[in-house]
Amino acid sequence: MLSVRNVHKSFGATRALAGVNLTVRAGQVLALLGENGAGKSTLMNVVAGGLRPDSGDVALGDKAVHFRSPAEARAGGVALIHQELLLCPQLTVQENLLLGLESSRAGFLVAQANRNRAVELLSRFPHLKLIPEQRVADLPVAARQIVEIARALAANAQVLLMDEPTSSLGADDAEHLHKLIKELSSQGRAIVYISHFLEEVRRVASHYAVLRDGASVAEGLLADATDAQLVSQMVGRDVTQLFPVRNPSPGPVMCKAQNLATLRGLHSASLEVRAGEIVGIAGLMGSGRTELMRAMFGLDDITSGDLSDGAGNNLSNQSVRARMAAGMGFLSEDRKGEGLALNLSIADNTTLSSLPRLARNGLLSLRRQYDETAENMRNLGVKAQSPLQPVGQLSGGNQQKVALARLAAQGANIWLLDEPTRGVDIGSKVQIYEVIAAAAAKGAAVVMTSSYLPELLGVCDRIGVMCKGRLVQVRATSDFTAAQILNLALGASGSVESSS
Amino acid sequence: MKNILRRFGPVMALLLVIGTFAVLTGAPERYLSVHNLRVVLAQTVTVGVAALGMTMIVITGGIDLSVGSVIALAGVTAARVLQTGTSPWLAIAAAMAMGSFVGLVNAAAITRLKVIPFVATLGSLGAARGIAKWIAHEQTVDIPTTWLNELAVTVPLHAAWLVAPGVWVAAALSIVVFVLLSRTVFGRHLYAVGSNEAAAKACGLSPDRIKLAVYSLAGAFFGLSGLLQMSRLRQGDPTVAAGVELDVIAAVVIGGASLSGGQGGVVGSLVGALLMAFLRNGSQQMGWPTYVQETMIGVIIVFAVALDRVRARRG
Repeated sequence: MLSVRNVHKSFGATRALAGVNLTVRAGQVLALLGENGAGKSTLMNVVAGGLRPDSGDVALGDKAVHFRSPAEARAGGVALIHQELLLCPQLTVQENLLLGLESSRAGFLVAQANRNRAVELLSRFPHLKLIPEQRVADLPVAARQIVEIARALAANAQVLLMDEPTSSLGADDAEHLHKLIKELSSQGRAIVYISHFLEEVRRVASHYAVLRDGASVAEGLLADATDAQLVSQMVGRDVTQLFPVRNPSPGPVMCKAQNLATLRGLHSASLEVRAGEIVGIAGLMGSGRTELMRAMFGLDDITSGDLSDGAGNNLSNQSVRARMAAGMGFLSEDRKGEGLALNLSIADNTTLSSLPRLARNGLLSLRRQYDETAENMRNLGVKAQSPLQPVGQLSGGNQQKVALARLAAQGANIWLLDEPTRGVDIGSKVQIYEVIAAAAAKGAAVVMTSSYLPELLGVCDRIGVMCKGRLVQVRATSDFTAAQILNLALGASGSVESSS
Repeated sequence: MKNILRRFGPVMALLLVIGTFAVLTGAPERYLSVHNLRVVLAQTVTVGVAALGMTMIVITGGIDLSVGSVIALAGVTAARVLQTGTSPWLAIAAAMAMGSFVGLVNAAAITRLKVIPFVATLGSLGAARGIAKWIAHEQTVDIPTTWLNELAVTVPLHAAWLVAPGVWVAAALSIVVFVLLSRTVFGRHLYAVGSNEAAAKACGLSPDRIKLAVYSLAGAFFGLSGLLQMSRLRQGDPTVAAGVELDVIAAVVIGGASLSGGQGGVVGSLVGALLMAFLRNGSQQMGWPTYVQETMIGVIIVFAVALDRVRARRG
């Protein structure tokens, strides 16, 4: 259905693609694997008409195609589902679905025909009960994802390229999506699926291809490759240890929450975190994980319950600034929106919350800022030209390390990490795990959320499970199985009260 | 509930302003008299017609600061054409063409030179004013008496018209733009480009072409607004309408459009224009000095937008 032959693409001196080969047959789901920066997104853009290759061929069926724009690719039956959803939030579902394909007579919209088409498209996704007149801004992320997929179907796409479609979905929505992908492929569509989650890839795809440094390095049947083999192919070296070895020796309690509740979807959470331990927070999207972190850090007002530091001082009504003084540091799940100032330098970003310390008589010591940042970058393995490079130029993994470096710079000893590895490639994930483990080893108390259960199981000493705004149970990781956690997260066994 | 507020919020504010002044002036029968309504409507026409064009631009996420200068430029252009003694229709065409031309230049700077709309139109704000003064030799341009002079008068020549012909023109154009925005593919695409340009591109739309179209189209409206202004003054004045861009943008914003694009409509913008006209008129009747009006309008703009933000967050 889709074949890519020896495609090259350079941006200035940077070679993004250096000889990529790819074949996807009708009815097949191909997993495209590779670290961030390996060229996956560039390749997808070349196939979908957003970029033109310097050399090499893209063919649909046995016909070579040369799309000059996304519009041509769309007309040719190729649709790219972007990782960062490309929808018009102020428009309705129907308007988004049919954007550029509206039925019209002499420039005037034919309302009935458009509505019928939208209803027909939405009827293929019955579990969401979407109404054509709903505004996209009012929809949850999962529903927006479906709108984008439905839009691809509206253009009658035969080749679907999906760039990390589940990165912002919870487990149940992801499962729906996977079912849908199987259905679409069984109808004869060819699907390319990009994801960092290997077990997810195994659930959806049959074949895989690995890109590294812009070149195809391996392909085959997923059933024939182990996870370790795949990871090794992606990073180009042997990876034996995904998760750091932990020898936790929990110290004194650093932070204690009792029956915390906020108006933003946190109903009740009780949790004690000790120095030197890593506590994971599991739960579905919307279960209140982020809200718990925000409540602890003071970004959402606590309406009932208590939060205190290790010495028993009440923090519930304290400002963010006071909580930071008490040692708290927060990493937002929304790196680009809330976490980092992308056009500022690494130095400015890492020291943003500790500038007063670097100033003398109100004047910032640029030298100290530079030196300290350089040291933090070394410690955390941030790959960049210099501390003065704008953060926006770094890869996702390196950006996230900069965000973590800020906590280190600020001297935080209670780390609240909301999805610290979201959108980060496997190589960087391993490094981030190491940074977190090292912080804990130095005596920091770490609370981290994740939608990626294997990560929590691999990194955390204890895991708390949230369901519908409640922290329903906290146990040592060794006492949990993945199935038990999932059951709790789904609210399947509601009998147990929280215990630590 | 939220939709009702969004829809009728500006209308309620307008009624509130009218009601307040009817009571304050102590003579509701005078404030709400046919004559006073004619005065207000005649005063609203220039800003109203320009606001129609601005609404379309703001929906795409753009802005045009050159409106005031374009009104002056189109006015003196039309006046010069009239001086040659040709048909008034030619003068109308010239005014609209001149407005359209400035819009096209703006759009070219925005799409080809990648200058943001604020800066591109800030430039043409200066340039258009300069050219207007050049065409007019830095003085007002007198025009021969034609039917054009009756377009924007307070009391129409023929009683059967009820209000000035210009008001009817504005009303007709409002309906045209309303239908354009809500019922045509082009209108839909304006909202799409303003809402998320990348998404529009991914769906095969050409944001650049759409912007060229919308700035030129809006420019024609600005040109017409300039013609109405000239008709009201009965001369082409190159210094007229300085600062009107702020009134026009304020009307659109009070009417519920978002300066970040994707949102806005004809009804809101017209209500916004009327609201400011009634406020001005009411203050004049109260004998308040102009600085009171200016301050009040400034406060109202900020409140209208703040209210909209609150509504959006509640939603």
